[in-house]
Amino acid sequence: MNAHTRSLLTVIAEAALEKKLVTDLEQLGAPGWTISDARGRGGRGVRSAGWEAEGNIRLEIICNRELAERIASHLQAQYYADYAMVCYLSQVEVLRPEKF
Amino acid sequence: MGLDPVVLFFVFGVCAGLLKSELKLPPALYETLSIILLLAIGLHGGVELAAQASLQLLGQAAWVLALGIGLPVLAFAVLRLLRFDRVNAAAVAAHYGSVSAGTFAVVVAYMLAKGITFESYMPLFVAILEIPAILVGILLAKGIARDTHWGELGREIFLGKSIMLLIGGLIIGAVAGKEAIKPLEPFYTSMFKPVLALFLLEMGLIASGQLGALRQFGLRLLGFALLMPLLGALIGALLGRFIGLSLGGTAVLATLAASASYIAVPAAMRLALPQANPSLSLTASLGITFPFNILVGIPLYLALSERLIAWGL
Repeated sequence: MNAHTRSLLTVIAEAALEKKLVTDLEQLGAPGWTISDARGRGGRGVRSAGWEAEGNIRLEIICNRELAERIASHLQAQYYADYAMVCYLSQVEVLRPEKF
Repeated sequence: MGLDPVVLFFVFGVCAGLLKSELKLPPALYETLSIILLLAIGLHGGVELAAQASLQLLGQAAWVLALGIGLPVLAFAVLRLLRFDRVNAAAVAAHYGSVSAGTFAVVVAYMLAKGITFESYMPLFVAILEIPAILVGILLAKGIARDTHWGELGREIFLGKSIMLLIGGLIIGAVAGKEAIKPLEPFYTSMFKPVLALFLLEMGLIASGQLGALRQFGLRLLGFALLMPLLGALIGALLGRFIGLSLGGTAVLATLAASASYIAVPAAMRLALPQANPSLSLTASLGITFPFNILVGIPLYLALSERLIAWGL
């Protein structure tokens, strides 16, 4: 198997931010992303996703390290102060490097 | 008078939530129920609107719009007196200036059960009252600031789910007319109450979750969340009389003025005023004002309207 290393940026944030985040990703040139509904608990209390106003989303982007860091610092500057959000980077191995 | 069974569903939901029961409705069901309710309200209003449209209605709509602008300003003033900071006061005020379609559905069911008629174009007023408070809230928080993305915000507000469904229902109802809509009538006749009952069960579960946060905010918020609906209802009822609504119409308008939004406004405020604490608004509107209106408020506002008419206002 011929694997290549890329960065996986995972963002967990308020569902209210979804549209804004997608616009940001388009502008920053992310090659693609996956969004799923999520729930959990953190510094801003329980986010139970029992109804639309208090759900979370999990946003996953696989791309090169440089872009992943650029997106992460953009998110930090733009949203960390006022919104429930965490993001973290990890290394993943992909089979088709040209996709990411 | 015993409580309407749909209200008992709400009480049941609150109890189950407080007991930390496993009971939980799937989020998709809650969404479905609220979509059906909003469409039903819109359709019913639209059918009747087509039959009753008049110039007088235009004048009434303008007054209702003024109510939608005045209420958040009043709420803001009360909140500032209670020493809430400016941004949070503005965000909470926006919730209280806007309306709750869930509360509207309950007052409609209440009036039907009591056999009291009301102006059937009331759903139009729900749509009119939903929007201005959001704009007023943002203006109160930061003035006409450059960094507000009005275009994006406008889309969020005017194309939001509840407005779309209400207006869509109104238009379909008005275009179709009474005869053609017959096969769809169960939406707002036989289906309405069962859907409302399930919706209120879920609302009870949600409201019980908000009650826990109340301890954190204390008496000031509790006081506001109980005082503001009464103030709003009084103003709404007086306006209802002034613009010549019937007894039922006056009570419904009073209820609308008393109600606080928990769907459209929280989403808009989260994007427009991110510094505001969202759980402050939700605790007040969902945890206190919604249950208060459902359990105590609606009969009270009807009695108030009867009193005003008896006084010849």
